[in-house]
Amino acid sequence: MKRRDFLVQGTALAAGSVLLPGLARAHAPVLEMDDPQVKELAMRAVDAARRAGASYADVRISRNRTQAVGTRERQITFFNDGETYGFGVRVLANGSWGFAASRDLTADEVERVARQAVSQARASAAAQRRPVELAPGERYPDATWTSPVQTDPFNVPIEEKVALLLAANEAALKVQGARFVNSSMFFLKEEKTFANTDGSYIAQTIYRSFPQLNVTAVSPDMSDFQSRRSSDIAPMGLGYEHVRNSRLVENAPRWAEDAVKKLTAKAVQPGRYDLVLLPTHLWLTIHESIAHPTELDRIMGFEANYAGTSFIYPIRDFLGKFRYGPEFMNVQGERSTPGGLSTVAYDDEGIRPDEYLIIKNGVINDLQTTREQAPMLADWYRQQGKPVRSHGNSYSQSWADVQFQRMPNVNLLPDTVKDTSVEELVSGIQDGILIDGDGSFSIDQQRYNAQFGGQTFQEIKNGRITGPLKDVAYQMRTPEFWNGMDAIGGRSTYFLGGAFNDGKGQPSQSNAVSHGSPAARFRKVNVINTGRKA
Amino acid sequence: MAQQSKYFSREEMQRLAQRALGFSTADEARVNIQSGVRGNTRFAVNQISTGGDVYDATLTFTSAFGKKVASATTNRFDDESLRAVVQTSERLARLVPEDPEYLGELGPQQYPNATPFFQSTANLTPEARAAAVNAITRPAATRNLVATGFLDMVVGSQAVATKKGLFAYQAGTETNLTTTVRTPDGTGSGWAGVGQNDWSKVDPAQLADRAIRKAELSRNAKAVEPGKWTVILEPTAVANLVQLMTFAMDARSADEGRSFFSKQGGGNKIGEKFLDPRVSIYSDPSDPQIFSSAFNGQGLPNRRMQWVESGVLRNLQYSRFWAQKQGREPTGFADGFYMSGGNATIDQMIASTERGLLVTRLWYIRPVDPRTILYTGLTRDGTFLVENGRITSAVKNLRWNESPIFMLNNIEAMSAPVRVSASESGEAGSAVTVPAIKARDFTFTSLSDAV
Repeated sequence: MKRRDFLVQGTALAAGSVLLPGLARAHAPVLEMDDPQVKELAMRAVDAARRAGASYADVRISRNRTQAVGTRERQITFFNDGETYGFGVRVLANGSWGFAASRDLTADEVERVARQAVSQARASAAAQRRPVELAPGERYPDATWTSPVQTDPFNVPIEEKVALLLAANEAALKVQGARFVNSSMFFLKEEKTFANTDGSYIAQTIYRSFPQLNVTAVSPDMSDFQSRRSSDIAPMGLGYEHVRNSRLVENAPRWAEDAVKKLTAKAVQPGRYDLVLLPTHLWLTIHESIAHPTELDRIMGFEANYAGTSFIYPIRDFLGKFRYGPEFMNVQGERSTPGGLSTVAYDDEGIRPDEYLIIKNGVINDLQTTREQAPMLADWYRQQGKPVRSHGNSYSQSWADVQFQRMPNVNLLPDTVKDTSVEELVSGIQDGILIDGDGSFSIDQQRYNAQFGGQTFQEIKNGRITGPLKDVAYQMRTPEFWNGMDAIGGRSTYFLGGAFNDGKGQPSQSNAVSHGSPAARFRKVNVINTGRKA
Repeated sequence: MAQQSKYFSREEMQRLAQRALGFSTADEARVNIQSGVRGNTRFAVNQISTGGDVYDATLTFTSAFGKKVASATTNRFDDESLRAVVQTSERLARLVPEDPEYLGELGPQQYPNATPFFQSTANLTPEARAAAVNAITRPAATRNLVATGFLDMVVGSQAVATKKGLFAYQAGTETNLTTTVRTPDGTGSGWAGVGQNDWSKVDPAQLADRAIRKAELSRNAKAVEPGKWTVILEPTAVANLVQLMTFAMDARSADEGRSFFSKQGGGNKIGEKFLDPRVSIYSDPSDPQIFSSAFNGQGLPNRRMQWVESGVLRNLQYSRFWAQKQGREPTGFADGFYMSGGNATIDQMIASTERGLLVTRLWYIRPVDPRTILYTGLTRDGTFLVENGRITSAVKNLRWNESPIFMLNNIEAMSAPVRVSASESGEAGSAVTVPAIKARDFTFTSLSDAV
């Protein structure tokens, strides 16, 4: 459902009450994030929380800049610049969390909000069954990090951005049969300052860039239409260089031709097929069927009312025991890949994220954690001779939202022994389909049953691609699907896909995350035909 | 708690809008402001997990030089910040190419009298929310069940003003309470929820009772074959599907040949019968059953609109530009809607069914094919087998691939319409009032093991 206009986008979970500053009230001027006053205010918030009785406290002060530009065919449709600025304080008192946030960054307000968070925690503690226990903290008294950008998107002339989109549209419209094109760019620059009672003070600047194009072809008699999205261009944690490297103008004719071809493509016959899934498609299947069910808060039931739970339950029956897929299947969680959407040097509770194997040699090996969650896996870590430590998977979408467990970049690792190509994967198939690009997606609340579409579909007969198909979707059950993976592509087939808006929590917060994957082959997957006649 | 301003009043909005417009040097300018408090209480495993209230406000300033238009947004309202946001939008507007479809801003308008504002919701303090949560978690815990859920409320106001003298203001409240009750062994799950503008109409104990009953009934689910089934869709499930059709009712994409509502050979389906004659759908910002925004983002009034009348398509959504191009009136779009029903009860629908499925709600609903408004999704939190007029067993959840268009052509019976919580996320949102529907030939395509 569309959000109602009463709501401010991006406002979410917080505790206590934060006054709406009156209109007549003078605001403090907006501070540059490297202004010494920012550090002073952060320290003041942390101290006020401690004085009010918090056993732990953290504060995030952030300034988010966004820019969005959209076009259709030969015209601009929108150009928006946005900024939001404020701070949020999270505290632990009497074993319970409290959180409060405000857009008014003044000395009095940070203290008031910190106290508010503590009183909220005390109120919640009355109904607490088990006090929150934290894994060890870390101290980084003077840390900084910035996404590895070459060109700050906010310094690129507007004319250049618009001209590029319109040129890409023009290139697509030159293709016979391509009738409509939408293209857009979205940029984020988030300056985020973090301080906590462990003595950390961390300033990070995070960038995201997302160029997109979508072409629609309409049949001459208006009886059919088909679209193709630029699914081989992922959103990235990079700057404007990512837009330039995406070569929208050069790629647009290919996307347009794909849309036109779909009008006359053969409709798929439902049945069981072997599939070659390109990483432009497979990243989303990884996201839904591996990354989500291995989130520990889902497993523990905290998201049961919306995002759901997980088939991975109880944990002791799964960790080190459950075969997710074949021996060559290794899935890694990390926040370090340059350009990854979840990539940061420190998470939103001041922990340095590590790289870890969620699935090791086909078996579940670890789960996604924050400081609050790592102790829930203490027995397993002890067995492994590992310390109880957060993986650094805490995240919040803005100053106004409380941080909680969100997925890191979750990647299916390529074959390290042999650089198997897509052609080799195809050559091993009698009767199959190659799918390129992510399309329709849906999965149940425990992550068993899923259905995925795509952008383009190619028929494979006797080891060769024979032509385009349409109306394809496959249905799967997570364990059988991954155990049906019989070959995996090498490093040369590896691609970093990404989800720009992954929702979880109530009120829902949006997380951006990348998923690296090689191409891979799956045996005997159930394919349906989605074309219905009205 | 001290009395405090939760949102900007009409006068405050007027003053703020005038201050911002006062900095404008552009040919045309518009300011959109939203303010309010969003309060929520989350509970998990029978206790409150988080909760609180966020106060925020944002202002978006749109400037135009001729047909060159751009906007900028801020959440700070001191003179310096307002001047900065106006200047940013003007700088951008000077740099972007012309938008040939920009029609300029509107002057003063007449708005419907729609104030979906209720003191019961405005007064919903954290303590009152905790009491509502307890009314759910206590009975659940007593029966050795696990309740998780979300109470969301919004008290806010929105305004639009232009340099040409338009000023529109509306204050409103919304609330949404949902709960998922599960058995401790994870073999059963039941859901209940409702959205209302007026909190006093929400009965948490009754929701708890429904979710608890469903959780207990849904144990020991058995598998049934996917395929075409007669379904009894509870109102929430009907809303989950029917709202997808309202989202697709855009005149321009229909006229451009890329919508279910496109007519073969050109044009759109307005005037054609396309649904069962018992189906009528309208929106009306001042109807208490489906309160919604009195105006859109440009300050264009929303009014009562009949979208479907006795199965015939009466209207599609026309933007100002497309209406002018096609010689029609712009429609605006009230985001809530009311769908006509019948006089059957759910019990009567069950009693009249030889073999069918009773469905509580649908989830993870995503588009598959826009040509037929075909979507896929799953049943969730209470799916039951009906045999010979009785509920005989819980059944495992199923994936469906279906279109509201097909479903609304296969109606066997309908109940009186009721207000529901139609969003997947359980957040306060649009007012949707729909009936329960018994329909034949609903397409289920595979089984799910998810509880």
